[in-house]
Amino acid sequence: MAEPNHARRFTILWVVASLIATPLVIVLLGPILPPGNGSAQASGHVTDNTVLLAMATPVLLLVVIYLIYAVTFFRQPKGGILEGPAVRGNQRIQTVWIVVTSILVLSLAVYGTVRLEEDGAGSGGGPSPVVVPHGKKLQVQVIAQQWEFTYRFPEYGGVEVPHLELPVNEMVEMHVTSLDVIHSFWAYQLGVKADANPDVDNVVFVKPTKEETFEVRCAELCGIWHGSMFDHGHVVSREAFDTWIAEQQTKFAAATKSLPPYSHTYLPEPTRRAE
Amino acid sequence: MSTTIESHAQPAPVRRPLLRRLIGFNLLSALILGVAGYYLGWFIGHQLSTSKSFEFISATDENDVALLLAYLFGVIGFLIGLGFANYPVSRLLGRPASLREKEDEGIGRYFGLCTDHKVVGIQYLCGIGLFLFIAGLNAMLIRTELLHDVPTTVGPNQYLSLVGMHGAMMMGMMTSGVLGPFANYFVPIMIGARRMAFPRIEALTFWLLMAAGFILTSSIFFGGFPTGWTGYEPLNDQAVMGMDSYIIFFALVGVSMCLLGLNMIATIITLRAPGLTWSRLPIFVWSVLATSVLMVLSAPMLIATLAMAALDRTINTGFFIPGAGGSPFLFENLFWFFGHPEVYILALPGFGIVLELLPVFTRKPLWGYRLAVSGMLGVALLSFFVWQHHLFVSGINADLRPFYMLSTEIISVPTGFIFLCVMGTLWKARSSFSVPMLFCLGWTFNFLIGGLSGVFLSDTPSDTDTHGSFFVMAHFHYTIMGGLIFTFFAAIYYWVPKMTGLRFNERLSKWHFWLMFIAFNSTFMPLFVLGMKGMPRRVSSYAPNLHGLNVWVSISAFVLGFSMLIFLANVVWSLIVVRLPAEANPWRSKSLEWQVPTPVPVNNFEQIPVIDSDPYDYGTPLNIGGAGATPATAGT
Repeated sequence: MAEPNHARRFTILWVVASLIATPLVIVLLGPILPPGNGSAQASGHVTDNTVLLAMATPVLLLVVIYLIYAVTFFRQPKGGILEGPAVRGNQRIQTVWIVVTSILVLSLAVYGTVRLEEDGAGSGGGPSPVVVPHGKKLQVQVIAQQWEFTYRFPEYGGVEVPHLELPVNEMVEMHVTSLDVIHSFWAYQLGVKADANPDVDNVVFVKPTKEETFEVRCAELCGIWHGSMFDHGHVVSREAFDTWIAEQQTKFAAATKSLPPYSHTYLPEPTRRAE
Repeated sequence: MSTTIESHAQPAPVRRPLLRRLIGFNLLSALILGVAGYYLGWFIGHQLSTSKSFEFISATDENDVALLLAYLFGVIGFLIGLGFANYPVSRLLGRPASLREKEDEGIGRYFGLCTDHKVVGIQYLCGIGLFLFIAGLNAMLIRTELLHDVPTTVGPNQYLSLVGMHGAMMMGMMTSGVLGPFANYFVPIMIGARRMAFPRIEALTFWLLMAAGFILTSSIFFGGFPTGWTGYEPLNDQAVMGMDSYIIFFALVGVSMCLLGLNMIATIITLRAPGLTWSRLPIFVWSVLATSVLMVLSAPMLIATLAMAALDRTINTGFFIPGAGGSPFLFENLFWFFGHPEVYILALPGFGIVLELLPVFTRKPLWGYRLAVSGMLGVALLSFFVWQHHLFVSGINADLRPFYMLSTEIISVPTGFIFLCVMGTLWKARSSFSVPMLFCLGWTFNFLIGGLSGVFLSDTPSDTDTHGSFFVMAHFHYTIMGGLIFTFFAAIYYWVPKMTGLRFNERLSKWHFWLMFIAFNSTFMPLFVLGMKGMPRRVSSYAPNLHGLNVWVSISAFVLGFSMLIFLANVVWSLIVVRLPAEANPWRSKSLEWQVPTPVPVNNFEQIPVIDSDPYDYGTPLNIGGAGATPATAGT
């Protein structure tokens, strides 16, 4: 009984499966990957996630199909005590594997770096980000404290508001900081996540592209109401934003006067528990 | 080498009389002295910090100094009670010191300081099993709470305590999950040694770990701790006294880990039998060596970090307190400098077990031995250069993110070696699918999913969506539970017949595997989706539209918990009730540990063996004369 050419059969199986599955993954899963197209950064993430998923699919199929193939065909007969071939390695396959995986991960790292340095990718970039988008930017300070986010607009008299509205199609420069413990500002639909550290100004850029409601959550454990640190924000037209911010300035005029002057960080009192 | 052999060939010590054994140094005296030490520390702490006299435990009594001292004195009392001071004290007084402890006793040797590495291995297996069970119960309670989208069952405070306890216990106790039971038991036998290099330190690591586990469990009496297993500052500094339990717990785990690692390294380097060259070392021993190096180098960082946190909490040093001259970034950096190697401390022994077991069940030599070794050493080395990928969105060193992206993605290359070795070993094998083999194949699938999901997390733009979400949670449960716990069970089913001379019920074991494998995937696969839909980690309230999927996950988690009960039933039934005797070598393994008698004699070997090949001498050679020229994949 001639043994079939397992190497060829497996390779064909894998290549065919990958050729079918990878485009399917891109076409079917790609559009529903998070976080949607609420901002330039979010759309970028969808592309990144699609690319990563497309690269992961053949790798997943390689190992899974291999496992199924090996379990199906390379079996010990029932009650048998047969020995397998005493093969201890194969230099060529090992070299090919090392080269291919290295190229794969290096290209991923290069791709990730390029995507990151394009526009900061909505990821907290520290006090002085390497990449600063050109042009006019709306300044918003995100202040986290146990257990809510508030927002300060230095260009509008330093008014501090409890909910966020942003104008559509304008670059926003967010300064994320905290007054007590570490929080993380996560605006899901905008593809923004930046840790809010006490005494640190964490800058992140985002350009909303769609008028919609977005969710704001805390993504870093910050105490018992961490899960309830949840809010909705809105992306609105420039006109609506102007109206809204004027309203807020009037509404919070008295409170704004009593606030400390706007600064990138507010050095917190050491927040120890009561002795 | 010859001197080593002679120094171990000493006569067994004389049996001590029963009365002496009962009132001597054992678990009873250890508990008594432990409690005494605890109250001594508590008393001194109150004297120091408030100049008030003795106060009993009460929820309103927030005295960190007292609790920290109580724990430390309690642990010291516990260790003295076990007899760890006897040897140094005897030596100081110039009296003859006992070199062996309890090795000759019956069941009593399992309940005290014993210097027999096989006893310590079984002690570890039972002790770690206990804490695995407790931490698993915590997970069940967490999932019960998440059946509702608002805090209902246990409340947000209790919920965070459960999350912290589950995380810390799993990450802390299970660092020794494989090295404790299986490396302690089998590494000396596999390398042809009669004992570990430092038998007393070996016992110390176990009892320290047990003390640590009970200290962590005791945090529920002090209000729990709200920080999760990472213990981030300044939340750490705000937290109630339960946080001190976490600090002492993890510091003791660190000490235990560091000593365990040192002991393993010393044993593997110095006590190998004649002829056991580095290229003949069983792959499991290599994985233990790589893990031990990580333990020795990373654990001191953890201990120092926690000491700083404890000082912040007690004498207001302000290492990590903004506004007092410190920085929470410092804690994040120090913690993850330990924390990322820690993750590989959990993963590497799993690699070793899979590669050690596959040749036995495929009846083939290990494919790519050198590749596997370089893979493990590569992972171990690189794991020290990736820690800031946990902090991509934190604002620390944002300019360096491309570097950490690169180093994190490069670490998948040596991890890929392991997969290639697994696949190469399976090629044209004569596989039989016994339960340990099933768990190894389960590992391959789980770790693949874990690894591929890790690529999303290592990519900074993509990580912006997934950081701090359930996606991360799913990822590390795939790598740690799917990686470590699956191989932990593989090792149990494979080696317990050697350790006990008894075998498991095959049908129950297979039920355990299949239920666990299916329920595991059904629990954690949906968590990727939940994370991508925007559910943060460690929350007790979440968006209502995620409710359905969370209920699904909870029910799967309960099934997963039930599969563990099947395992427990199997243990009770097979090892205690029926006591089915195992064959001497049920897997027809050629490894050294299966060639010694069962139960393994105190000295392991009558004569130290001389090793002339690696333990993977399986298979029938093909193409005699042309061997090596034939590629493994070519059809023959």
